[in-house]
This record gives sequence, C-alpha cells and structure tokens, in this order.
Amino acid sequence: MSTAVIKTDGLTKRFPRVTALDQLTVEVQPGVVGLVGSNGAGKSTLIKILLGLAPATAGRGEVLGLDVATRGPEIRERVGYMPEHDCLPPDVSATEFVVHMARMAGLPATAARERTADTLRHVGLYEERYRPMGGYSTGMKQRVKLAQALVHDPKLVLLDEPTNGLDPAGRDEMLGLIRRVHSDFGISVLVTTHLLGELERTCDHLVVIDGGKLLRSSSTASFTEATAVLAVEVTDHPEDLALEPGDAVRERLAAAGLSVQPEGSHLLLVRLAGDDTYDTIRDTVAGLGLGLVRLEQRRHRVAELFTDESRGGTDDVAAS
Amino acid sequence: MSLPPDTRSADTGVIHDIGYRGYTGPRLGRAYATRSLFTQSLRAAYGLGRSGKSKVLPMLVLGVVSVPAVVMVAIALATGAKALPLDYPRYLSSFAPVVSIFLASQAPVLLSRDLRYHTVPLYFSRPITRADYVRAKFAAMVCAQFLLMAAPLVVLYLGAVLGRLDFGHNTEHFLIGLVAALLYALVPSSVALVIAAATPRRGFGVAGIMGYLAISTVVVAILTRIGTATEFTVPDSAQWFALLSPNDLVESLTNQLFDVDGAVGRMHAPGGLGAVVFTAAVLAMVSGSYGLLLRRYRSV
Repeated sequence: MSTAVIKTDGLTKRFPRVTALDQLTVEVQPGVVGLVGSNGAGKSTLIKILLGLAPATAGRGEVLGLDVATRGPEIRERVGYMPEHDCLPPDVSATEFVVHMARMAGLPATAARERTADTLRHVGLYEERYRPMGGYSTGMKQRVKLAQALVHDPKLVLLDEPTNGLDPAGRDEMLGLIRRVHSDFGISVLVTTHLLGELERTCDHLVVIDGGKLLRSSSTASFTEATAVLAVEVTDHPEDLALEPGDAVRERLAAAGLSVQPEGSHLLLVRLAGDDTYDTIRDTVAGLGLGLVRLEQRRHRVAELFTDESRGGTDDVAAS
Repeated sequence: MSLPPDTRSADTGVIHDIGYRGYTGPRLGRAYATRSLFTQSLRAAYGLGRSGKSKVLPMLVLGVVSVPAVVMVAIALATGAKALPLDYPRYLSSFAPVVSIFLASQAPVLLSRDLRYHTVPLYFSRPITRADYVRAKFAAMVCAQFLLMAAPLVVLYLGAVLGRLDFGHNTEHFLIGLVAALLYALVPSSVALVIAAATPRRGFGVAGIMGYLAISTVVVAILTRIGTATEFTVPDSAQWFALLSPNDLVESLTNQLFDVDGAVGRMHAPGGLGAVVFTAAVLAMVSGSYGLLLRRYRSV
C-alpha cells in the first residue's frame, strides 16, 4: 500500500495521429503538486484518463487507490475538477449552480445547500453569489469554478490552469487560495500550468511533462535551485558617470563564481546558486557604490526550463 | 464606564471564523446524480431556477394550451352539451403547433446551452456517465412535453366528470388522450433533441427544430392534397405520407389504433399494415434518435 494520491505505470495514450502520453510513470504524494508542460504536452489527456473519462491505450493508473480503468464513477465522486475553459451558464446564480453541481456529486439536497454556502464563503464570494454569473469578472468566475470543484469535499482536486486570464493581483489571490485548499482544507491538489514561475511559490512538488513523456518529478526546492534566475538592475554611479555600472557588476559577480548574462541594456540575469547569492549581489553592488534598483526572481517559461534541462539538469527522479 | 470583558463580548456578538469543515455525510452516487440532473433539466424546461425572462415563453405556451380547455369546459357545462366540443386526442392534434413551439424553444435550453457554455465536460467529471447524461436529458424533455399536454387533458376530464358528462366515454378517451400525449412527447422530442445536440448555438437549434417540424408538416399536407386529387376523403394511398412528419405520424397512429376522431378527411394509419408500419416508424424514430444522442456525447 502506498499513500500516493495518483500513481501511473507506463501510462500511454495514442490517438490516430499523435501520441499524447508516452509511457508515463509517476507517483504523486499528498500535498500541492504542480503539473507543468507546454500546451499540448499531454496535461489535459492525463486529467481525462485520471478521471476515468478516456481509456488509456496501455499502462495503468490509480487515483486514491482506485483503478482509473474500472472505477471511474467512484473516483469522480471523491475528486474535484476545475476545467481550464469557461463552464458557467450566465443566466444562473453562483449559489444555484454550485448547489446543482454538489447534487451532481451525490450530496443530498440539504447538505448541498450548506456545503455551497460554506464553500463560496471560503473562496471569497459573498453577496454577489445570488446574482447571475453572466455579470461576473474573470476572477469571480474562477472562484466559482474552484468552489464547484471543492463543494463535495473531495480528497483530491485537479485544477487545470486556474490562473488563466487573471491579472497579477488576481493570480496571487488564486495561488494563495490553492495553497489554503491543502493547508486549511486538507485536500490534495494537482494543478496544471504552463507557467513554471507561479508554481514555485505554491507547490511542494513539480511534475514536468513534455510530448507526453515525464521530464522530471522532484520537489520544488530542488527545482528552484537548479533553475531560478535573479534579475538585477543597478543605478548609475553618482559621481563617476563614465563607469558602465552593468559591466562592472558583471565582472565582479563572474569573478565571485556566479553565472551572469546581460539582458537588454539595464538588466543582468544571475543564476541563483543558493541563499548566499543574494548576499554576494548586495555586497558587490554596495562595494561599487551603486544603488540596487531591482533584485527579483524571474518567472520561467517552461520552454526555458526545457532548454536548461537539455543542457543537463540534476534529475533526482530520472525519466525515461 | 466600562463593563468587564466577559459580559461585553456576550452582547456585542463576535463573528467566528469556524474554518473549513469537511463533509462526512452520505454520498448518494450515480443514480441519485442522474435523478438530480433530470429534475434540474425538467425545471429548466419551464424556466424554473433560471432568470425571470426564461420563464416567459414556457409559461405562455402552458397558458395558451390550457386556457382553451377551461373555456371549452365552461361552454359545454353552460350550454348543457352532452359531450365536449373537442375529443381529447383531437384537442392535442389541434394544439400540436403550439406544443412544437415549446419543444423548439426548450430542447436547445436543455442541450445546446450545456454545449455552448462547456458545462458538459464538467458534468462528466462527476459520477454520472455519458449515457446517464443522455438518459436524464431525454427523460426530462419527454416529461416536460408530456406535462404540457397532460395539463389541458386533466382540465377537460375534471370538467367533464364534474359536469356529469358520460363518465365511461370520457374516462376511456382521457386515457387514449394520455397515450397520444406520451407519443407526441416521445416522437417529436427525440428528433428535436438530436437537432439541439448538434449545435451549441441556441438560435440555430430553435430554427432547426421549428423548421423541421413545420416544413415536414407542410410537405405532408401538400403531398396528401396531391394524393387525394379530386376525391372527397383522403384515400389510404395518400395516408402513407404522414410517415414523413413526426406530429402527423403520431396523429395518424393514435387515430388508427384507437379508432377515434370520426371527422371526414381524418388522418389515420392505413389499415392493419399501416398500424404496424407506423408503430415501427415510431419505434425507429425514438430509438434511432436516442442512439444518435448517445453517439453524439461519446466524444464530448
């Protein structure tokens, strides 16, 4: 017996023209797990198979210890799913819709009403829940979509691109909410995205797939160490205007053993080697008498990660 | 003057965040979820649980279909007539166009909307299967149509019984009327659902269903007219054309099976062979449509 919430073994899905999943073997433990892959990497196909909605061509899969091939309805009773696309009828109120979806998950009418009120409050939807959803903002719609995935108190939720279409503030709120789903509600989360950066702060573990193959499955910490990049911007020197501040900083950082690349005319990208990288940058900039305008972690596109990987990353769970 | 803290907190009231509570109650599974979808869809067909605007048309049609029944009962009772002015199955065939409007407008409400707003994949992430979805929606549409037609029949029957018209005759024809209502609810609805499931656009669905029902009726009328030529009554050879239109098919079949509606030029399935063929056509239309719906949702 393993405690894994999701377990696949050689899972393969072939369509007439493409192979969407290719011998995928992965185990997902309880917690917040990110499923990362570019568009068409096989994320949605994997979710469909995990929900027991599409048969796998080969291989096996288990969700919460239930075989996906034979026990689909039982899995779907215990799992919540938030689709990527819009799925809300505009002429129905959030309350009405979520109550209906709760009953569709098997909750008796009274329990469905109570759970709906609770869940909508937890995702941060208050008075507006009685209004037709057609007038909702994207952020509110995403909250309703999350609420319908949580309303039947599942053991696991599958969130497909939950931050799509949200502005930065809305995205941060959604990520905070996702974090709480696990920490406060005790529900395991599998969240897909094609933006790696935003998952670094949310997930305990990341699974990266590309072309239906597992590229990597490891804890978030080991990921960020290997891939995180800091963007550094400094001011001009107050007296010595002839000094090219970027070049000076770059030389010193390189001398300190950090890998540095210039980006544009103002920014330096410094690979994060550990916590002392921050100190090194600070000391270097201060030592030159310059001002530090910006020091931030860069969001990675998965594509960048893949090019990094091909240069040889440090896999702790080997794919293939 | 300040009160001690414990009494103060008692009468000001504090909102406690009780945090997240799990659910440990029963989960009633697939059959219950399918029933829930049926109930919700049946209500939606009458605009219940939806915006006020969406209640207008269903309620209007229900009124248009039922109010004449009340008027007829009133007239029959007031004039001391021995029978109702329109027999039960005949009442239904007279109002078939109005019932078609209800069908054309509400079948897309049940199916096209779920497709358009991508709610279908969400349903399939719940315990129900694709076949359960089709079953629930099909049953809801048939039920909505049946209720729409049963309502005026009940009015007529109650009126007839209370007005002490011939009890035996009325009971028999009321029951025949209910059978006819069930057939009207099954045959045109099943075809309409297939059309509605073909498009996520509600307008296309409405136009498609209305167009199909109206044009098929007109075509049957024209062909029957041509087939009748100069004769006074419609000959059996021309009665076969009714197979082309769902509403005429049902009307002809009930007339033949129960030998009702003695009016000249009535539609009826021609003879014993006709009854068999028309019954087979009804079965083929309903089961064929159901099969098409199952196929349609296999890949959603």
